[in-house]
Amino acid sequence: MTNFIDRRLNSKNKSTVNRQRFLRRYKNQIKKSVSDAINKRGVTDIDSGESIVIPNRDLSEPTFHQGDGGIKDKVHPGNDQFSTGDKIPRPPKQQGQGAGQGDASDSGEGEDDFTFSISKEEYLNLLFEDLELPNLEKNQLDKLIEYKTVRSGFCAEGVASNIDIVKSLQGSIARRIAMTSSKRKQLKVLEQELLALINDKHDNIQQKRDLVAQIETLKEKIAKVPFIDTFDLRFRNYAKQAVPTSKAVMFCLMDVSGSMDQATKEMAKRFYILLYLFLSRTYKNIDVVYIRHHTQAKEVDEHEFFYSQETGGTIASSALELMNDIISDRYNDNQWNIYGAQASDGDNWADDSPRCQQILEQHILPKSRYFSYIEITQRAHQTLWKHYQQVEESHTNFAMQHIKTVDDIYPVFRKFFKKHTQSAA
Amino acid sequence: MTNKNNTAENIHKTNVTPLDDTPDWTFDLLGQYQHEIARVADFYRLDTYTNQIEVITAEQMMDAYASVGMPIGYSHWTFGKKFIQTEQNYKRGQMGLAYEIVINSSPCISYLMEENTLTMQALVMAHACYGHNSFFKGNYLFKSWTDASSIIDYLLFAKNYIAQCEQKYGISEVESTLDACHALMSHGVDRYKRPQKISLDEELKRQSERAEYLQSQVNALWRTVPKKEQQENEKKYKFPSEPQENILYFIEKNAPLLQPWQREIVRIVRKISQYFYPQKQTQVMNEGWACFWHYTILNHLYDEGLVTDKFMLEFLHSHTNVVAQPEYNSKYYSGINPYALGFNMFIDIRRICEHPTEEDKEYFPEIAGSNWLDTLHFAMENFKDESFISQYLSPKLIRDFKLFHIHDDSDNNYVEIGAIHNEQGYKKVRHNLANQYNLSNIEVNIQIVDANVDGDRALTLRYTPHNGVELGNSKDEVLKHLYYLWHFDVKIIQEDSSGEDKVIACCPQKKADD
Repeated sequence: MTNFIDRRLNSKNKSTVNRQRFLRRYKNQIKKSVSDAINKRGVTDIDSGESIVIPNRDLSEPTFHQGDGGIKDKVHPGNDQFSTGDKIPRPPKQQGQGAGQGDASDSGEGEDDFTFSISKEEYLNLLFEDLELPNLEKNQLDKLIEYKTVRSGFCAEGVASNIDIVKSLQGSIARRIAMTSSKRKQLKVLEQELLALINDKHDNIQQKRDLVAQIETLKEKIAKVPFIDTFDLRFRNYAKQAVPTSKAVMFCLMDVSGSMDQATKEMAKRFYILLYLFLSRTYKNIDVVYIRHHTQAKEVDEHEFFYSQETGGTIASSALELMNDIISDRYNDNQWNIYGAQASDGDNWADDSPRCQQILEQHILPKSRYFSYIEITQRAHQTLWKHYQQVEESHTNFAMQHIKTVDDIYPVFRKFFKKHTQSAA
Repeated sequence: MTNKNNTAENIHKTNVTPLDDTPDWTFDLLGQYQHEIARVADFYRLDTYTNQIEVITAEQMMDAYASVGMPIGYSHWTFGKKFIQTEQNYKRGQMGLAYEIVINSSPCISYLMEENTLTMQALVMAHACYGHNSFFKGNYLFKSWTDASSIIDYLLFAKNYIAQCEQKYGISEVESTLDACHALMSHGVDRYKRPQKISLDEELKRQSERAEYLQSQVNALWRTVPKKEQQENEKKYKFPSEPQENILYFIEKNAPLLQPWQREIVRIVRKISQYFYPQKQTQVMNEGWACFWHYTILNHLYDEGLVTDKFMLEFLHSHTNVVAQPEYNSKYYSGINPYALGFNMFIDIRRICEHPTEEDKEYFPEIAGSNWLDTLHFAMENFKDESFISQYLSPKLIRDFKLFHIHDDSDNNYVEIGAIHNEQGYKKVRHNLANQYNLSNIEVNIQIVDANVDGDRALTLRYTPHNGVELGNSKDEVLKHLYYLWHFDVKIIQEDSSGEDKVIACCPQKKADD
């Protein structure tokens, strides 16, 4: 007796649970690996998963097993040179683990790291675990501004293109039946009478004539009931439904004056990418607007934003103004979730900083979900930082952090978006 | 029946149309091959459980790998880790997947991988469905230790039970318990005690009652230890009365603070460990037997003209790879290949029966010239690796393998060749090779000698070194797991050179108080 069973179509990923258990168990190590990797990662590479490295000894499952020392007798195949009693210097370790040793001793030697890949999904989950978009709940309910057209039943009036043929014809049939049924009943009775008269032995000519005339008029009346009437027409009805808007725009503002070197820009770029990845988990479509500025601001494409070199002084308010213009121009804050991220080395023309504060407080922050400012510098803070500090004190959707080295980026990012457990209150 | 002289040589080719030998298999063709293989297997008196042959994909094969061949495994991170490891190795091309996995159950489940060619599927069917299968059914260790008919049910029960526990008590708790059990898994086996015929069926029924009963017993046991009256006897009173080798069993029955569900989990791990124990003990025999039969059966089919030359060439290619034995100085060498040793031993036993030399008659007077099939069946049924090798390894095979014995004493800075494949060396080589498969030499001898039930409830284990080999350095980690289960101090003692017991590991470490 033998049965063949085709299991190929059985559910795949039987190990998924175990894999999740594994990830769960080694979360701390994996998280460390992830945050290490984020700084090494190619900045344009945002769609792949990540290769995770865990030291093997952390993973080993301990068992009682034999260790060193003592007398070991082993039999090996393929003797080509030895005679009984030969004394040979002890070969280096790892040699001659006889078969049958089985899996008893996999710990100890072999310090290779355990490397494996996690998917993009798993990667992002780990990367942004415990982080949330601030102010999301509060604002989102107020601004259910975008509408979606949805079907909502039928109505008697509408444009011709919305006629629902089936519904209309159903109405037509119903109306015709309703309007003709009494006449049809009458007709039936008359026809039976006529039949009775015809079968009668007597002539009954006059009666027959009357009956035929009556039948004719009835038939005419029935035929006059129109096949379709405006009354029958049914139109598909549509209604507007408010949906929470899921469009987001992210403004990247960067100082490109002479003092910003390529390394500083790289750091800013990493920050922007993190922000982009993070936003992409909440919003399906994200527009990114790049604004760079020295004394003047300009909207540019990504490449120019990150790689072209400029010189000159710095007037940060120009970028904020441009951002404000673009918002009023293209990104109605009823429909768009607006996020801003400004990166700078802190240099600004001293008289301009109050103006930056003013634009932020009066124009940008009321419209934005969140505005973050990072200052990438090794030096002391200047006027811009001080004015922004005032903004931070009075606004919840503004945050600022100081970044010194590449290693700060991820921690700073986490600080920005740390889940506030009290924010619900 | 025993007089039937079944040799492939007796079978003459008749005018039969050979089976199709296209590389791509279909279920129809599998059925035809299976039918022929079954016929030949029956001819050689291979008694098997009903076969259940399941065709799976490579990914499913890796799943099966990860769950150590258990068709239904409970969830645990270590299986996830194994899967990832397997997948990585497979993707990097560091290893091929096994062609088959077979499960000691009734019906006997064998997995065929989708990617195999028709020839490979035939080989696998002969190997797993008739070779391994008949071994599972016939060998005395499997007969006495495992109950093939209920293992699947038991595994299913275990999976569900553990899943339930996870819901009730949380994943982390269950995971810690399982971790602790896994660390002691190879000490969840009765090595020396002969088992009673186990019936998992019955045990299943009694499971929940037993859990409650045990818990009440244990609590009562601890509480009722009389204090005053026994004070004089205290010195003499010893618990356990004899050293316990089955640590998990002892824990299950005696750990004072374990929850009932934890006891059940300990039991599950112990049962599964026990179930796999015979496979550890018969690696060489089991693989050898399966290789011998796929080789013999397919050659028989060839002699009957049922399979083509093309089929045979592909088959022999795979077969040769499987039973290849690299020499000690080859870069592929990683110990003796159990397939090679086992296969050649069975072939050799057949040779001794059919064409004995003078030497064979001297070494194997009782089997030289006997009916080979009877002898082979007898060998399969009544031995394990260790005894099989010491019984049947012939001088000829030692010469063929050019086996030599190395004596490695850590006191010397050299290793010594103890014996080689010559007249003086045969017995010594055989003796040492057999010992190499003696699990009691390979696995450490560590036993529970004392649980101080009247006092601090400290648990003492004794490590008895074999040939002076030290206990490996993960002992502290394992002890932590044991401590987790026992909840009171645990320590390992070992007799040092002066004959005094020394503590070589303890948990919690000395400084901590609890």
